[in-house]
Amino acid sequence: MMASSYNAKEEDGHNSGASNNGGAGVVKSKKPDNTAFKQQRLPAWQPILTAGTVLPAFFVIGLIFIPIGIGLFVSSNNIKEFEIDYTGVDINNPCYNCAKNFSWNSTTPCVCSVPFTLEQPFESNVFMYYGLSNFYQNHRRYVKSRDDSQLNGDQSALKNPSKECEPYRTSEGQPIAPCGAIANSLFNDTLELYHIDSNGTRNTIPLVKKGIAWWTDKHVKFRNPGGNNNLTVAFQGTSKPVNWRKPVYELDPSDPENNGFINEDFIVWMRTAALPTFRKLYRIIQKKSSTTPTLPSGKYLLEITYNYPVLSFDGRKRMILSTISWMGGKNPFLGIAYITVGSICFFLGVVLLIIHHKYDTRNNSPDIPN
Amino acid sequence: LYIYLSLPQCVGEEIWVDSRTVYIGHKDPPPGAEANIPQRYPDNRIVSSKYTFWNFIPKNLFEQFRRIANFYFLVIFLVQLIIDTPTSPVTSGLPLFFVITVTAIKQGYEDWLRHKADCSINECPVDVVQQGKVVRTQSHKLRVGDIVVVREDETFPCDLILLSSSRHDGTCYVTTASLDGESSHKTYYAVQDTMAFRTEQEVDSLHATIECEQPQPDLYKFVGRINIYKDKEEPLGAENLLLRGATLKNTQHIYGTVAVYTGMETKMALNYQSKSQKRSAVEKSMNAFLIVYLCILISKAVINTVLKYAWQWSPDRDEPWYNHRTENERQRHMVIRAFTDFLAFMVLFNYIIPVSMYVTVEMQKFLGSYFITWDEEMFDEELGEGAQVNTSDLNEELGQVEYVFTDKTGTLTENNMEFIECCVDGNVYIPTIKVIISDIYILPNVCFEHEDLFFRALCLCHTVQVKEEETVDGIKRGIHQGRPTSFYISSSPDEVALVEGMKRLGYTYLRLKDNYMEILNKDDEIERFELLHVLNFDSVRRRMSVIVKSSSGEYLLFCKGADSSIFPRIVSGKVEQVKARVEQNAIEGLRTLCVAYRRLSESEYQEACHHLNEAKLALQDREQRLAQAYDIIERDFVLLGATAVEDRLQEKAADTIESLHKAGMKVWVLTGDKMETAAATCYASKLFRRSTQILELTKKRTEEQSLHDVLFELNRTVLRQRSISGYDRVSVGLSVDCLDFGLIIDGATLSAVLKANQERAGSGNYREIFLEICRNCSAVLCCRMAPLQKAQIVKLIKASKEHPITLAIGDGANDVSMILEAHVGIGIMGKEGRQAARNSDYAIPKFKHLKKMLLVHGHYYYIRIAELVQYFFYKNVCFIFPQFLYQFFCGFSQQPLYDTAYLTLYNISFTSLPILLYSLVEQHITMETLKRDPSLYRDIAKNSLLRWPVFLYWTCLGVFDAVIFFFGAYFLFDNTTFTSNGQMFGNWTFGTLVFTVLVFTVTLKLALDTHHWTWINHFVIWGSLLFYVIFSLLWGGIIWPFLNYQRMYYVFMQMLSSGPAWLSIILLITVSLLPDVIKKVLCRTMCPTATERAQVTYCHQLHSETKALNCLVSRLGVRCLSCSDFCFAKAINQLLLSSFYEN
Repeated sequence: MMASSYNAKEEDGHNSGASNNGGAGVVKSKKPDNTAFKQQRLPAWQPILTAGTVLPAFFVIGLIFIPIGIGLFVSSNNIKEFEIDYTGVDINNPCYNCAKNFSWNSTTPCVCSVPFTLEQPFESNVFMYYGLSNFYQNHRRYVKSRDDSQLNGDQSALKNPSKECEPYRTSEGQPIAPCGAIANSLFNDTLELYHIDSNGTRNTIPLVKKGIAWWTDKHVKFRNPGGNNNLTVAFQGTSKPVNWRKPVYELDPSDPENNGFINEDFIVWMRTAALPTFRKLYRIIQKKSSTTPTLPSGKYLLEITYNYPVLSFDGRKRMILSTISWMGGKNPFLGIAYITVGSICFFLGVVLLIIHHKYDTRNNSPDIPN
Repeated sequence: LYIYLSLPQCVGEEIWVDSRTVYIGHKDPPPGAEANIPQRYPDNRIVSSKYTFWNFIPKNLFEQFRRIANFYFLVIFLVQLIIDTPTSPVTSGLPLFFVITVTAIKQGYEDWLRHKADCSINECPVDVVQQGKVVRTQSHKLRVGDIVVVREDETFPCDLILLSSSRHDGTCYVTTASLDGESSHKTYYAVQDTMAFRTEQEVDSLHATIECEQPQPDLYKFVGRINIYKDKEEPLGAENLLLRGATLKNTQHIYGTVAVYTGMETKMALNYQSKSQKRSAVEKSMNAFLIVYLCILISKAVINTVLKYAWQWSPDRDEPWYNHRTENERQRHMVIRAFTDFLAFMVLFNYIIPVSMYVTVEMQKFLGSYFITWDEEMFDEELGEGAQVNTSDLNEELGQVEYVFTDKTGTLTENNMEFIECCVDGNVYIPTIKVIISDIYILPNVCFEHEDLFFRALCLCHTVQVKEEETVDGIKRGIHQGRPTSFYISSSPDEVALVEGMKRLGYTYLRLKDNYMEILNKDDEIERFELLHVLNFDSVRRRMSVIVKSSSGEYLLFCKGADSSIFPRIVSGKVEQVKARVEQNAIEGLRTLCVAYRRLSESEYQEACHHLNEAKLALQDREQRLAQAYDIIERDFVLLGATAVEDRLQEKAADTIESLHKAGMKVWVLTGDKMETAAATCYASKLFRRSTQILELTKKRTEEQSLHDVLFELNRTVLRQRSISGYDRVSVGLSVDCLDFGLIIDGATLSAVLKANQERAGSGNYREIFLEICRNCSAVLCCRMAPLQKAQIVKLIKASKEHPITLAIGDGANDVSMILEAHVGIGIMGKEGRQAARNSDYAIPKFKHLKKMLLVHGHYYYIRIAELVQYFFYKNVCFIFPQFLYQFFCGFSQQPLYDTAYLTLYNISFTSLPILLYSLVEQHITMETLKRDPSLYRDIAKNSLLRWPVFLYWTCLGVFDAVIFFFGAYFLFDNTTFTSNGQMFGNWTFGTLVFTVLVFTVTLKLALDTHHWTWINHFVIWGSLLFYVIFSLLWGGIIWPFLNYQRMYYVFMQMLSSGPAWLSIILLITVSLLPDVIKKVLCRTMCPTATERAQVTYCHQLHSETKALNCLVSRLGVRCLSCSDFCFAKAINQLLLSSFYEN
């Protein structure tokens, strides 16, 4: 890339100058350095992917992957999971009426109870999720409709939320806190779980609502404006999101550490899901003693305060109970994938071995005559 | 062109438009002279800079955005600014800004350097004669018509007419090294009427005008006349014009020279205009791929837009209660919305055509070209210079050459002439090393008159200068013998060889003094001849003549030239004997010249003078008229004899040609020499073998048969042979041993072949037949070629239907046209000046360097850039295709999968350096193997690594990997958690997971392709992976105060805290790399290419060496190392060796 004509001229001038002087020094300086880099002779490792070198790798991969896969598959299979759809599409569903008669303006909450039976006891800690289907939390307009500064307790953002929150930015002339579509559509069904004894009495199962959100979210990313006390004052001059029944400072009046922006249910909701069918952690049922299972097999009742409409966009609501292993919830995919890939590698190793054997003798003879 | 443009303004005054009138010393013409039309000339300021301080930013930006790629990115950026797009304008704005800024800084810096250089040139002091005094002024203040004084070793500040010189004969010596690289001293002549001026007063008193043509770039042409009032007119030629940039030598000072062209109108400035841009085959395929990707991009956007609207048909999907549009958006018209969506998708997917590819390719080319200049093996000690790169755009083209067109003299041969013999009337004289007359082998029966005339002719008929040793600088020419104080310098080595040869035969040319040439004859007497006219050599006439007046008052015209141009003009002399000798010499590969003379009577001389002067005075068509005059004068010769000069083959020329042949290149020799000489050189250089069947397509044959018949006959021969050997060729591959053809064609026949086509377009398709014959010949020799014909041949081959890549290599000015015409032009820094080297794309000191240039550098550059281009597309398919797939799961809402930072930095920093460094240092085979086995070059012929199937493979691999990344993450995220505390991950974790797998996979894919792991590769590959991890940790580790979103906060850390995430990352990387590994291994095992075999062979060799060493070492008591990996062997080898020697 000779950048310009002028450079060429300069260089020519230089050349002639050099030859004019004719000294040995000038000639020497023009001689390229004999360095490994400039002569492209840097010492190098030169691996080649031949059947011979790749073969062991395939076998090793096979031998490692298959046990991992089996381990993953087994631990996934050991996980107990129970799922129940309570949307109320079907007329037989206890929540059918609640779903049908839903209106944003109704003041009395609609409650429905869904009975179910656990065939097997859930031994360890049980995690209770709610699941939504056909709910596009990952829609671009939805994902960006939030104001992280506001959620981080920033005063100016509280009073003047980001434009991204439109059309959920202001209501009745006051800024919405928390603003945006995500906050506005906070999941607000209340789920209660009862164990039904053999003699028919309902025993409330204690649901722990702490530890469902990321620690960093709860303690760093989300913060109430002006501390956790006196939220009513802090949120003065703001309006509640349109679809909410109560303002943000009343999300959990019983516990100031779980109220306002740092309400864990709220934080969980604010982490938008990757796919349109998703579940979110709702409560944790802690194991009480080592002798009795957390949820023994038997009859249960799920009592829902039905506030959240999903039928309008053909969505579904579910409640999921699941135990957790080191690898998370029930997901046979990873185990199966590992077993498959491991087997393929092993199989390929065998194929390559045959090919290698067949071709190597043929190829090598003309290759290395010396 | 501008001459014609200015025509309408002054119709009827063409002469003023075509020429300019310069008033010497700015004196008004005397009344009565032609009307003075004031012409405006530029001042003597040289402006090579492109920009000024003020216009730099707008002009530079304009220049940069004229490039289609930059413009495309600008449009994307503007779209992002204007409409609501999924990614922030920063993602495309930042890289674009970076690229533009870096380029602008680079260009600005270069321009600043140019400004500085301009300044120093424009302000250098110049002496000007004003009012009879010498005044010192600055160079840029010179105006046309100024009288300038130049002293020895000063450079001429503008184009000047030499009025008088400090030398008595009115000559001055000039070196034009900085113009055309010829460091020999050229003689320039003062105007006859003014050469007597000695003082500035005298010069200042001169009252004259100069009429000359308008500026034109040809350095060797100048036509004008000086009109001294009340006196006569005198012609001016190139020999009177001193060019800006040349340097005055051996002359104390020249007084009174007058500026005719100044500033940007000087021939030097006119010559430094940029050459036409050559584009490489790789660049063309890159552009084709780009168009494919552009189509993919647009179709992706269209598909998504259509699907989006199909999907959104129900309002519940379009605007569910939880996700309303703003009022503004709702009111927008459907069509506008759809169009905006389309643009938004375009923006989302635009990364598939990355800005960084252009930057990387440019950097690779620019930096990579240094390896050529740095190459020690291409450094020539004698010349003191190494290879030179004039354009780095064509590096990879060196690996694609199919046809090599080479000049003979100075390229294949040394151009170091040695006088071998001469023959006078059939008597042969051979000088031996010692200069003793008795050693000259003289045949009896000598006609002494002819002998004397012959030797005098050779002593007189030349343009050689004699140089005193101490004043000579530059490259020494000629063989330095005899008197140590002087030797000969000429632009033509043949002439030096001849004059040297004459010296050894007893006739020494002493000097040219006051227009008298002095010769020391055999009897040590000085003979003086008055030099009257020199009829210069040119390549069309192929001869030169001098007219001298002997001391006895005889007018003699001596002529020497090629046999073909002399023999037709002979009237008497022993033509048969000389002809026989000439032919014999030519067969031995010697360069022959014939010498003839003609005695002129007084009247004949006067007539010749008249012709010459008339032609010289002509302002228009001077060249043509001179040629006519020469034609009239140079006739009725008496043949004296012939000379033979040997031009030895360059070192390793044969080896180089053989290697090029083995590499599958067709080598054509294009020369101006006669057929026999050229053919002999071809045999010597192994271009033709003994087994080669020679097909002749020469004038001699076409005189006997018609061109038509000859062509068809040759074609039949060739085709017959091919049909016989066709079967073998297929099975054996292009075996070198099978009978091959060599074609010899001469200039006359060639032009007949080409012309026939023009006349009878369509019917007589000689051109096609000719090409068909050439295709089947492994070597072609074109002799008797004019420079332009050389270019024509190159053009012909270039335009043939396979569109092969051509390379032209030459050393002389006559090769420039073909060097410019060919895809790759290589100049040899030869003895015939630097013009070829200057106009070439690459310049090398010797022909043998071509081997390394093509087989090693060309090969490396090609595989490097091919991988670079393919890899870039691959990695961006991997990058963008998951985003495309994600649209199906996010309601076609243009939600980006990755965070903005990742989108921006993916191409800039996470994956840029490994491929750049790969493309700089990769060596898939060692240099030694490449040199040893030229046939490896065939593996990359015809752009084989960038053909559509390969491109398709890479794209499919990219799509496959993208599908693996996306659906791997999809199934992992599918409706479950993969943390051990039950917490869920969101969409940004999903994207980060995909992105992590992506970065690792594409980097490791490159690692798989790397065959040459130097510490640089290790550093860059592992370094950029580490950088990605560190960056991600940092990016998610802090609440960044300047960002209005914190979506990445702790996402990366949370992901890494989950075991299944790690497992799935490992799994997905493995699966993505698997097909490529399998393809590689299978291809290598089932049908290995020559390259792959060579790689394995190399390893096996190392292995066996190691084995032997191991045994040796184990005997010495050192523990035997069993090294299973052959390729570590080399290092271990050395280790063992050193320990072995210590023991």
